This record gives sequence, C-alpha cells and structure tokens, in this order.
Amino acid sequence: MGRFTTWFHRMGSPRWFFDLSRPWLVGFLAVGVTLLGVGTVWGLGFAPPDYQQGDSYRIIYIHVPSAHLAEALYVAMGVAGIVVLVWRMKLADMFIAVTAPVGMAVTGIALLTGAIWGRPTWGAWWVWDARTTSVLVLFFLYLGIVALRQAIPRADQAGRAAAVLAIVGTVNVPIIKYSVDWWLTLHQPASITFTAAPAMPPSMWVPLLINMVGFYALVAAFLVAGLRNEVLLREADAQWVRDWLERAS
Amino acid sequence: MNRARRGRLAAAVFLLAGTAATVALVLVALNENINAFHPPERIVNGTAPVGTTIRAGGMVTPGSVSRDAEGLGVTFVLSDFQGSDFPVRFVGILPDLFREGQGILVTGQLDAGGTFMAHEVLAKHDENYMPPEIADLAAHQAADP
Repeated sequence: MGRFTTWFHRMGSPRWFFDLSRPWLVGFLAVGVTLLGVGTVWGLGFAPPDYQQGDSYRIIYIHVPSAHLAEALYVAMGVAGIVVLVWRMKLADMFIAVTAPVGMAVTGIALLTGAIWGRPTWGAWWVWDARTTSVLVLFFLYLGIVALRQAIPRADQAGRAAAVLAIVGTVNVPIIKYSVDWWLTLHQPASITFTAAPAMPPSMWVPLLINMVGFYALVAAFLVAGLRNEVLLREADAQWVRDWLERAS
Repeated sequence: MNRARRGRLAAAVFLLAGTAATVALVLVALNENINAFHPPERIVNGTAPVGTTIRAGGMVTPGSVSRDAEGLGVTFVLSDFQGSDFPVRFVGILPDLFREGQGILVTGQLDAGGTFMAHEVLAKHDENYMPPEIADLAAHQAADP
C-alpha cells in the first residue's frame, strides 16, 4: 500500500482520529477566536465607510465569510458522501452528521445578514433572484440531510441516504457561485476573486480576509469537537472508549 | 481498489453526473425565466409583455429624473447606455441608493404608450466598494483630467 492509501485508511479509523485531534481542536479554536476578534473590530470599527452605502456595507464582514463557508461545507459533505458510499468509512458518515447542522447554521446567517443588508440597500428584505433562491435551496438541502438522518432509524441506511443527498446536492453549489454571472440578478457579482484585483481597497478587504480565515478556523474547531463527540457516542461500547472515560474522570 | 468499490464508485459518479445533466437541461430550458428582470433592450424591442406585472432593470439616465411639484410622484428614464431606454413613472419613496447613473430594478406594468408604471423600485448595488475620499478623488479626476 502506498503512503497515501495507508493515511487514507487510518483517517477512516475513529479511534485514530480521536487520539490525534485534541490539539487540532485547541489550535483551530485559538486561531478562529483571535482572527475573528481582530477582523471584526477592524472591519466594524476602523475600516472606512463605503462612498454609497455608508456603514451598512460592514455586514460583509459577517455575510461573505458565512456564505463562503455555506458553499464550502456542502462540497466537503459531498466528498464525504462519496467516501461513505464507496468505502463505507464510518468517520466520513460521522462527518456528514456533524457538518449538516453547522452548514445549516452558517447558511442561515448568510441569509439573515443578506436580508438585513438588502432592506436599506436594495429596498427589499427578500428578492427572488437566482442567487438568493439558490442559497435558500442550499439551506433546505442542509435541512433535508439533518431530517433524513433523524427519520431513518437504522444508522447505516440513514448514513447512506444522507450521503446520496449530499452528493446530489453539490450540483447546487456551482449554480450558487455562477448565478450572478449566468443570469441577470439583483445580487451583485463577487468583489474578490482569485483572477482579478479586488474591487475594494486593502483597508476594506484585509479585515474581510482575516474574518474569512477566522470563520473557517472557528467552524473547523466546531467540526472537530462535534466529530470527537460523535466518535465517543458511536463507539461507546468499545474498550478503548471505556478506558479513555476512566482516565478522563 | 477492489471490484465492489469500483462498482460503487461508478454508481456514485453516475449519480452525480446524471443529476448535473438533469439540472443543467432544466436551467437551460428555463434560461430566460431565471433572469430577475428584463433589460432595457427587451422592453424597447417588444419582447417584454405589455399589461402584465414584470420586473425591468437599467441605469438611471443622468438628467432624466423629474419630481412632481406636489406629491411623491417621480419620472425617470432607465437605459443600458447602449441605445435602449424607456421612461418609468413611480409614486412612492425611493431607496437610499437611488441616484443618476445607478442600476435600478422596477416592478410594475408596461403601458401601451411604452411607459413603465412601477409600484416598486429596488436599487442594484455593484461589486465596487470604496471609501468616500477616494470616490471624491475619482470624481474630481474625471471632471478635470
């Protein structure tokens, strides 16, 4: 077996993950809280106002990172879904179980902050354009995965059904991303892309970038913590979990 | 990779590809209807329906905004700055971002005379953000190069 294959199969072992992941949790949490603190204070307190929108544009410091994560987490769930269906890896199934509610929460934050910004800027809380509608669909896909897992009593069947929905739903992600380019939407196109200079000065995008990384790190900490709980719950009968609990208490 | 896994991988890829193809066909078929508004060209060339509620968009032509002497009535021209423009009539409070040169969406009905009777006006924001000082500077440079 090649080095990657060995790593891949080890990754699938819940115990291996549990033994290794505690420092990751601490690291992600520290980085996430620090960066979010710095980026939020900078963005809300020190970045200049916008020439047209004034201070209301500052909601991007929450809206953009949460919307970005909402899409990225779904793609991650789709990849995990393939691993569940093909390799029947328990850890990938746990990842979907833990990620779906977190993804639903960040999508909810993106929708809510978007509505709050839309009211003064566009003149409407909600508009049915391609971007807003496809993000609403993303929210319901997350909700569907959470509900599907609850509705099917047998764990392996629930896992496989959720994996199929995770894979199928990834089709929505490029639609969200390119909706503002493919169709006429009220939502503006992306201000920051990998291919062009940002459509805002550094005094505005640097705090945004900091918050972006901070949001990712904080959510990573949530996911690691959730996965550790899930491993303990599902392996509760295993000897190593009993040993660990004894040592911990 | 063993045979069973290869089979399941093929099934998963087929599932994804099939869904993507289905959704792509639906989106292509619905293409025009997914647009949030009719651009000025479609209003002028008669593609947009008359007498039914639709949404149209365009840029507010500089100098075209005229407010009624009394009441909240306002008339302005929406243009794509490429030769197509149409007049809009609206009674109500305009959004903060409404100004000349700004992208605007209007919901309402096109009357037989080609005037768009709007009952809702939304401002479309673009992707550019800048501090007020830099915007002033840019305006000055544009005024006297």
